[in-house]
Amino acid sequence: MTSAVTFQKVSRHYGAVRAVDEIDLEIAEGEFFAMLGPSGSGKTTSLRLIAGFEQPTAGHIEIFGQTAEGIPPYRRNVNTVFQDYALFPHLNVIDNVAYGLMVKGVSRPDRMKAAEEALALVQLPGYGGRRPGQLSGGQRQRVALARALINQPKVLLLDEPLGALDLKLREQMQEELKTLQKSLGITFVFVTHDQGEALSMADRVAVFNEGKIVQVGRPQDIYARPRSRFVADFVGSSNILPPDLVHRLTGEHRWGSLRPELVMLSARASEGTLPGRVVATNYMGAATRIAVDAEDLRLHTIAPAGMTVPSVGETVFLAFDHGHLHLMDDEP
Amino acid sequence: MSVVVATPAATPIILEGREGFFGRLSDRFWRNPGLLLLLMLTPPLLWLGVVYVGSLFALLLQSFFSIDEFSGLVRYEFTLKTYRELLQPANLDIIVRTVAMAAVVTLASAVVAFPIAYYAARYARGAWKALFYLGVMLPLWSSYLVKVYAWKLILAKEGILNWIFAKLHLTWLLEAWLSLPIVGGNSLSISYTGTFIVFVYVWMPFMILPLQAALERVPVNLVEASTDLGATPGQTFRKVIFPLALPGLVAGSIFTFSLTLGDYIIPQIIGTSRLFIGQAVYAHQGTAGNIPLAAAFTVVPMVVMGLYLWMAKRMGAFDAL
Repeated sequence: MTSAVTFQKVSRHYGAVRAVDEIDLEIAEGEFFAMLGPSGSGKTTSLRLIAGFEQPTAGHIEIFGQTAEGIPPYRRNVNTVFQDYALFPHLNVIDNVAYGLMVKGVSRPDRMKAAEEALALVQLPGYGGRRPGQLSGGQRQRVALARALINQPKVLLLDEPLGALDLKLREQMQEELKTLQKSLGITFVFVTHDQGEALSMADRVAVFNEGKIVQVGRPQDIYARPRSRFVADFVGSSNILPPDLVHRLTGEHRWGSLRPELVMLSARASEGTLPGRVVATNYMGAATRIAVDAEDLRLHTIAPAGMTVPSVGETVFLAFDHGHLHLMDDEP
Repeated sequence: MSVVVATPAATPIILEGREGFFGRLSDRFWRNPGLLLLLMLTPPLLWLGVVYVGSLFALLLQSFFSIDEFSGLVRYEFTLKTYRELLQPANLDIIVRTVAMAAVVTLASAVVAFPIAYYAARYARGAWKALFYLGVMLPLWSSYLVKVYAWKLILAKEGILNWIFAKLHLTWLLEAWLSLPIVGGNSLSISYTGTFIVFVYVWMPFMILPLQAALERVPVNLVEASTDLGATPGQTFRKVIFPLALPGLVAGSIFTFSLTLGDYIIPQIIGTSRLFIGQAVYAHQGTAGNIPLAAAFTVVPMVVMGLYLWMAKRMGAFDAL
């Protein structure tokens, strides 16, 4: 498989701030790749390095095998969907979408036709005459997408494109983006701080923290086998068990991660259960999240709808399969 | 754990109104927001409506009267005689000269101001920004007359500019320029070139500031989006930055254009003896006592500015507002 984007020891420093610090990365062609991390973790800077808005302080970037350092953004066949869409306010929707073809010198009838097709692709046919200011957030998002796709880029970069949308619309757009990516076959690189979004959409996820990539892999692998406490805590929520407790349970002196949904509640003590006291119950519709104080830790468990939920203050016993306890490296 | 709260008796739901006249006034204004608006707007509207627009209208009215050639007194009858006089070749020359100068000054101001405004809007931060504002505004704090006379010295035959040209062995270039028709003359200080330079200098801040404000409002990510879509820096400038900065450019040009149209001091101190509109107005209302013709002359800049704004609007200069 060809590599769409390759980072070799890429750094981007601003004075003493290491926004991106010696990152190695390989994104395959046709892949839906998510860059996940908290704000300031270097994921957006990495995206901007691919787009060409930033130049690396050190290291080497290749896009489809070609060196990208020193190449300005307008000479890269890579397009971006911006976080706040960045639609041109002085142009109507169709001229916004056709902008990439206009600057390339494509004749007006040809580019209008292409722009109309692009608008149909994002399910906004006939919206060409409107001004960006007359559209809703979701519609602007689609226009930004159509505008970025009209140049038929080899790589499409999406910088938190769904961040400004409400939940319902976001879920709908997630599905649409995924379908669109599969049908177009374009490499998508998607930046998000929403772990749910990254897990649900991406073929592979890179988890960023403090300018470094801490783990890369399939969403299932990252969720089931986080490499460090940071990944376990940031991707989904997890019960992080200290080495002493893990040692008592498994015999190994390492940090452990236990997903809340793998923890059962039992009213009676039995072999291997941990006694605890219920401190809070959060009803979430499909399930109830229960916080339990046990072993000087605040542990969480998920009770699916229909199960009896203990009341606060009650003593319960936490039961789990020791095989579900995932052991992690010592680093944070 | 107990939380200390004030007893209900100590905190009534509805608070007593404030005592006195101002307390009652506050409640009154809150109930009638229109009243406050009326109170705030009446003085400026009176000023604008009566003193300002009223006197403008009186001026306009004067231009439809005429002067009695024998007695030199104003005849208060409606006539277009004064306007016929305005359109005589000698007066028409003055109008064309002034409008052409205003247009060239505006164009030059825009060209010089754009990079300065762009730098200030895009790159200047903190102390540099303060320095920029200081640099642009400082000339406005000193007397206009002092600046113009200073320029007369700079541009004079014995002035520093001539000296610099001599030191650079470029006197021939200056002479060649001064020997050209229209723009030339005996020295820079008594040529249209000199008038032009001083006009551009004096009105420059009025172009820079609105332009800088407009450029500052152009989001950086629009520039990024443009380059991302394949536009070269030149294309990005023409297709994104320039159209979005156009309202600022038009605002600045309204200043430079109208200020040049009306000024009578600069062409009097620096330049040829040929008149500009401002000087003509000054001469007619003063020594000649021909108030109607002076009024007719002042109508010209108003008409020109009206046409200019109408054209700017038709060209879409205000679409991005």
